[in-house]
Parts: sequence; structure tokens; C-alpha cells
Amino acid sequence: MEKKLGVFICWCGSNIAGSVDVDLAVAEAEKLDGVVHAENYMYMCSDPGQQKVKDIISEKGLEGVVVACCSPRMHENTFRKAASSVGLNSYLLEIANIREQCSWVHQNNKPLATAKAVSIIEGTLDKVKENLPLETITIDLTKRVCVVGGGIAGIMSALDLANAGYDVAIVEREPAIGGHMAQISQTFPYFHNIPELLQKKIDEVSAHPHIKLYVNSEVDVLDGYVGNFNVTIKTQPAFVDPAKCTACGKCLEVCPVSVADEFNRGLSQRAAIFCYNKTEGAKIPVLGQNDCLHFVNSETDDNDKCKACVDVCPENAIDLGAIRNLNEEFVGAIVMATGYDLYSPEQMPEYGAGNIPDVIDALAFERLLDPSGPTQGQILRPSDGQVPKKVVFIQCVGSRDPERHKAYCSRACCMYTAKQARLYRQQVEDGTAYVSYMDIRSDSRDFEEFVQAGMEEENLVYIRGRVAKVIQEDGFLRVFTSDTLSSRQIVIEADLVVLAMAMEPKAGIRELSKKMNVTIDGDAFLSETHIKLYPVESSTKGVYLAGCGQSPKDITDTVSQALATAGKIQTMFSNETLIADPLIAEVLDDVCSGCGICIDICPYGARIMNDFTRISDVNQAVCQGCGACMAACPNKACELINSTSRQFIRMIGDFAGKAGAV
Amino acid sequence: MKTVISRSQVKGDFVNKVAEISGENFFDCYQCGNCSAGCPSVDEMDLLPSQVVRYLQLGLEEEVKNCKSMWVCAACMMCHARCPKGVDISKIMESLRVLRLREVGAEAHIDVTDFSEEYLARAPQIAMISGYRKFLPL
Ligand SMILES: Cc1cc2nc3c(=O)[nH]c(=O)nc-3n(C[C@H](O)[C@H](O)[C@H](O)COP(=O)(O)OP(=O)(O)OC[C@H]3O[C@@H](n4cnc5c(N)ncnc54)[C@H](O)[C@@H]3O)c2cc1C
Ligand code: SF4
Ligand code: SF4
Ligand code: SF4
Ligand code: SF4
Repeated sequence: MEKKLGVFICWCGSNIAGSVDVDLAVAEAEKLDGVVHAENYMYMCSDPGQQKVKDIISEKGLEGVVVACCSPRMHENTFRKAASSVGLNSYLLEIANIREQCSWVHQNNKPLATAKAVSIIEGTLDKVKENLPLETITIDLTKRVCVVGGGIAGIMSALDLANAGYDVAIVEREPAIGGHMAQISQTFPYFHNIPELLQKKIDEVSAHPHIKLYVNSEVDVLDGYVGNFNVTIKTQPAFVDPAKCTACGKCLEVCPVSVADEFNRGLSQRAAIFCYNKTEGAKIPVLGQNDCLHFVNSETDDNDKCKACVDVCPENAIDLGAIRNLNEEFVGAIVMATGYDLYSPEQMPEYGAGNIPDVIDALAFERLLDPSGPTQGQILRPSDGQVPKKVVFIQCVGSRDPERHKAYCSRACCMYTAKQARLYRQQVEDGTAYVSYMDIRSDSRDFEEFVQAGMEEENLVYIRGRVAKVIQEDGFLRVFTSDTLSSRQIVIEADLVVLAMAMEPKAGIRELSKKMNVTIDGDAFLSETHIKLYPVESSTKGVYLAGCGQSPKDITDTVSQALATAGKIQTMFSNETLIADPLIAEVLDDVCSGCGICIDICPYGARIMNDFTRISDVNQAVCQGCGACMAACPNKACELINSTSRQFIRMIGDFAGKAGAV
Repeated sequence: MKTVISRSQVKGDFVNKVAEISGENFFDCYQCGNCSAGCPSVDEMDLLPSQVVRYLQLGLEEEVKNCKSMWVCAACMMCHARCPKGVDISKIMESLRVLRLREVGAEAHIDVTDFSEEYLARAPQIAMISGYRKFLPL
């Protein structure tokens, strides 16, 4: 039985009517098979326009509607809602795009544009004829969250969600949470004391009944889909039992190993058993298996292996035989807050980093500023422990260099360099601080004032030019640069050079992004779905992004993003179930041969082979209706609901037929 | 002194010619100054290497044409090695020299073909550049 069809053609002001003869189009549409009503109107999406559509659907009992207007991305939802409000199943209304795909691209040829518009309408009508009425799909929702990464991004997201009453599991690779913020002393633009701010948040996390903390842990496997993720968490062996350890520190003293302390950027040494950092959460020592002689000398006879820490521990808290743990967390949403690393200064041999001890990176300088750091907050140069009287801070190191390093700007370094130089001048009153810069990016509240105050009050000397090289000569570090403002080549004799290295995504992010099925960009930063409108959504539904893993930024922006992820997840959790679009793939059971090609091709992992029937099933919650399986299936067993190959072949026929006639 | 810049100058014949001969896009340069910071010949230059590029960006033909820098440039290519944007200033300097030599005509400067192959093989390139410069009626 033929459906009764209606066609509504929008002028879009002159956007469409300027190049399509909308009256002729109505006349042509009226002649088409099944059409019982056709009309045009200046703005179909306006309230009176929508009312027209609704009235006619009711009046004439329409069983299918084509609205010929702008892209479906603009108003498909609008018109589908209008249709369903008067009882027409919304999937029986389709948009014929005669603006972006017709009027806008054929502005100088009205007859041709009109003919093309009519053929687009005809094709869309033919599609509607075979459309099925559909209902949305409901999916179960587990209202728990897994946060990967316990930097300030992960901490703030987890706290907001936990305070809303949801259980949160934080998975942190290092022995303690805090991330890079734990290495920083004070912050721009108000010199807030970071350890104090951070410790407060860490305490809230530790005490929170809804937060479970997995330190020394990483995601091993991720299964499932939005609302129903299954995260397998791998935890490194806990050699020190936190229930027994009293943090007396005896083991740290007896351990014979001495290696560079990563947390202090190599400015101090630590034993193989050590406290990761000075935060409250890291009081219980951890044992680094890669450094510990017990594990390094694995060939040695068991009795001769080093056990110095085990023997000295008065509480018997150390067990060198501890093993790895695997845990599972069932969650509905995931936050990726994996943060950044600094690009290795060793990539800059022209600056002597790695060879000259007094050329350090900016995080090392933060460690020198920290009262609980390796120098108790005294700025002393690493080579001889003297106070440096001339310090050169170099900005954009490894950033904004598409030829050899990173093309992007690392965003936080202009500001933290100003902060570091100011703190240096505040501490060393007779010292001089030079800042080598290309541009100063101080684009947030009170940032510009903060930089200017550095020049005015602390007499920071800004020199505009990229440094060519740093060499050690005659007891000085000679910094060769230029000042493009005075057109001079400049040499500065310095005692200490601080490199504001580029931020890059955390090591291991490529493997992790594959596991989590989220896309990354060319620099391996996690990609959002839309930079303007969906800034914290990843390519996988239910997985959200916060902090420097998404792109370099400061703490302010990191926290805003983290809170946005918590807000998004709470919106999702405000429903009892999730709703999904029914425009997905289906399988013709009689035709599927069980070859499994669709399983490999599906980018979302939505296809599963039913081992019993040997027919490939579609996971309705995961399928995004992309159509890859439909194209790949050699047996034509996969079809997209309401976009079947039959429908498409008819549409192509309509388009081709008209095009031939013109 | 006020300098008036216009489109015809910024995209003028001279600038286009330099771009064509050198194969370089001056607008890649974001004036970081790294070339000038590392150039060994700056002491004798009137325009820094980065300034030469800047003047070309603005189409300041007379200043560039008459600069000493192109003749002082040692063609060591340090600027190119350091440039974060991949601009090869040594090629730009070379094209400026070529244009200047074309302008004054062949009789006014040395002719490479006057030298033996054996001499050319061991002569440093800076010697050739100086040779050209020396006999120019500047
Ligand atoms: C020298 C320097 C000074 C700075 N000073 C300031 C300042 O004064 N003010 C300011 O606002 N900003 C400053 N910043 C920027 C600031 O450090 C960042 O904005 C902020 O730390 C980003 O936090 P995050 O949580 O995104 O990342 P991170 O701090 O990097 O935290 C990421 C966490 O995730 C963990 N992780 C990573 N991968 C995994 C994995 N696969 N599994 C489990 N866990 C994982 C990491 O171990 C880490 O704990 C400075 C940066 C630098 C380099
Ligand atoms: S924030 Fe400033 S220092 Fe850092 S890369 Fe950008 S411009 Fe350079
Ligand atoms: S339509 Fe796309 S997402 Fe859905 S099952 Fe097929 S390949 Fe996977
Ligand atoms: S190094 Fe390159 S980008 Fe920088 S000023 Fe010189 S030519 Fe321009
Ligand atoms: S090639 Fe010329 S401009 Fe470039 S660094 Fe060498 S001498 Fe300087």
C-alpha cells in the first residue's frame, strides 16, 4: 500500500529561494508518486512553519514527510519532534538537503538548481516510502566512574562526582596522586601556595567514602561500552604493607642503592625503597623493582640476595615476594586525565642540556623553589651549590618549532616562566633574570598584569629572540641569542639556564588510547569530538577527557575541563537508562555466512560472532550506524536500518535520472 | 622617516624574483631571530639575516638590494640549520647576490670560467663571493 506523502519546501529566506524556483519545485513535487500535499514557506523552521507541517500531517493523515531545507544537522531534530508531537513516527520524516548541497553551490543557474532540488526531493521521497517506524533503544546504565590519572584533573573530576554520590575509582600509575602539580611550588598569577592547595584536595580524596584509589596501577583491559564498561586494573606488587608500616624511615637509610630521584628531576638521589614525594599520601615507602638489588641480581642465590630493608623493618611490613594484583571495576563512564610529560631536554643538544649540569628544565627549577625540595627552597645551582647571580630563562624550547620539534605552543610556559623569574628575583636580590622569548602569551585574567609587574617591579629583562646555542666557557654559560627589537646579536654570560620545555602527552598514551578506543591527534594528544561544542567528549561515547592529556594548559583550564567532565557524567547519570538511536546495522540471519569480516571492519567493536549460531550479531548499544560492515560484507548480509542498499539504489537512480534529463 | 608600504610593493616584481630564485617563502618566517643569534658573520653585517627576511616581507626593495649583509654572508647555512620554520636564508642571500650581479652586467665582475677546474675545486665558496663583490661598482 502506498504511503500518503507530504513535501514542505523551505525558502530559507533567499538562501534557497534565491537560486531554486520554489513554486516550480512545489508544482513538480505534486506530480510525484504518493504525494498528496506540497507547499513552500519562507522559514519552515519558524514556529508558524512547524505549525504548518503539524497541521497538514493531522489534516491529511500523512504517513511520510519530506522537508526540503538545510542540512539535517541543522533541523532534522526540530522537524522530527514536530512530527512526533502530532503522532507521526519521527523516523518517517526525512530532510532533503537543498541548501548546502544545492542552492548554495549553484547560485548562478536557477533552472539547473531547481531541477536538482526536485531530484533530491524525489530521491528522499523514495527513501521515506521504505522507512520503517522505529523506537529508540534503551541501554542499561552503571552509575559508577573510572578516572584514569590522578593529577589535578583526575582529582577534581573524581571529587565532584563522588560528592554527587557516585562511586569513583581513580587509577594512578605512580605511587601517589597529585601529578605534576605536586612538583610545583607557587602558582601564577597570585603566588598561591601549591602544596597547601593540593594537599587539601588529596586529603579529601583519601577520606572520601565514594572514592577508591588504585595507585601503582594501570588499565590493563577495557571491555564494554557506554553505560557498561568493564575496566581491568593491573596493580604493581605492594612490597610494603600500608597496614603495618609506621613510616619510620629506617628502610630508606639501610638500602645500599642510590639513584637519581625522578620526582626531583635528578637534583637529588634516592634509595631503591623510597617515598615518592612529600605529600601526605606518599608517606609509606615504595620499592622500585628496577633499582632494587634483590630484583636486579635475580641470578644470585636467594640467601645472598639483598634483604637489608626487610631485616631492618621493626614492623615486618616488607614482603619482597608480593605479587601483582588484578581488579575489575564496572563503570558507566570513564575520564581520561593522563596529563603530560616535559619534552626531554636531551632533544636540545645545542643548549647543552644533559651535558652541562647548570642547564636545567623548568620542572627542576620548580623543585629548587620548593621548601620541602632537595635544596629546602634555596635556589642553588646544581654544579657547585652556589647561588646563581645571572639566570637565563629560555621560553618556547621545543615548542613552536615545526621543523625539528613540536609545532604547537605549550600554553603554560610564558606564564610559569614569568612566575619563576619573579620568584628568583624575590629570593636573590642582587641577581639578574633574563627571559628569552618570541611572544608573551598572557591571555587570561590578571596574567598580563602579572608579567608586566615582573618587568616593572622585579626588573626582569625580556629579550626578544630565540637562543641559538648555550656553551660552557671560562666558567660561564654563554647564551648566544639575538634581540630582534634592537637588531642585535647578543651574548649573555649566565650562571644558570632554565629551559621551558614543551609539554607532550604522557609516555604510553598511544598504547592506552588504543586500549580505550579514543583517537589521538598527530602529536598524540587525546582528541575531543568538537573543539567548540563537545570539548571534553572523546571519540568513544562515555569516555571523557580532562587536563593536559588533551592539550597543554595551566591548572585553571585543567580544573575547568575536569569539572566539565564531572558535569557531563552527572547529566548522563540523571537518567535511569541510556537512550540510543535505532539507526544501526542489522543482520539478515539467512544470508550471513559467519565469515567475520564485519567484526574486523567495525571501528566501534559492535560486531560479535555468536559462537552457537555462527551468525554475526550487532551490539545495539555500541553500533554507531557508520555502515562500514554494510560495505564490507561479501554476502550483503548487513543492512543499515532505514538506509538499506535498496533504498540507496533507488535514490541514486532518481538523482542520476534527473541529472541525465537536464 | 615614514615608510609607506603597499600591496604592489609587498608582492612586487623584485620580491617575487627573489622568492622564485631562492625557492623560499619569506612569509614562513615568524621573526624569531634564531638565524641572527647563530650567524657567524653578523659583526660585519648592516642588516641581520632575520632583518633581511623581514624587509623582504615588507617589500623594502632598495634597502635589501643595497645591503652589505649578502656580501658578508659566508654561505655557511647555519641559519637554515637552526630555523624552526625551515627558511633557508643562505639561499635567499645567494639569490640577492645573483640579482645584483645580473643587474650590473657580466663585464663588471669576475667570470668563473676564467678559473681552472683545479683552482675551483679547492677555492672556498666565500672566496668566490668576495671575488664577485670586489669587482662590483657599488
Ligand atoms: C615547570 C612548570 C610549572 C608550572 N607552573 C604552573 C603554575 O604555576 N600554575 C599553573 O596553573 N600551571 C602550572 N603548570 C602547568 C600544570 O603543571 C598543569 O596544568 C597541570 O599539572 C596539569 O594537570 P593534569 O592532571 O592534566 O596532568 P598531570 O599533572 O600530568 O597528571 C596526570 C596524572 O596521570 C597519571 N597517569 C598518566 N598516564 C597514566 C596511565 N596510563 N595510567 C594511570 N595513570 C596515568 C600520571 O602519573 C599523573 O599523576 C606548570 C607546568 C610546568 C611544566
Ligand atoms: S606558552 Fe609561551 S613559552 Fe610556551 S610555547 Fe607558547 S609562546 Fe612559547
Ligand atoms: S554500522 Fe558501523 S558501527 Fe554499526 S556494526 Fe556496522 S561497522 Fe559497526
Ligand atoms: S630563524 Fe627562520 S623563522 Fe626565525 S627569524 Fe630566521 S628565518 Fe625567520
Ligand atoms: S649562511 Fe650567511 S646569513 Fe646564514 S648563518 Fe651563514 S653567514 Fe649568516
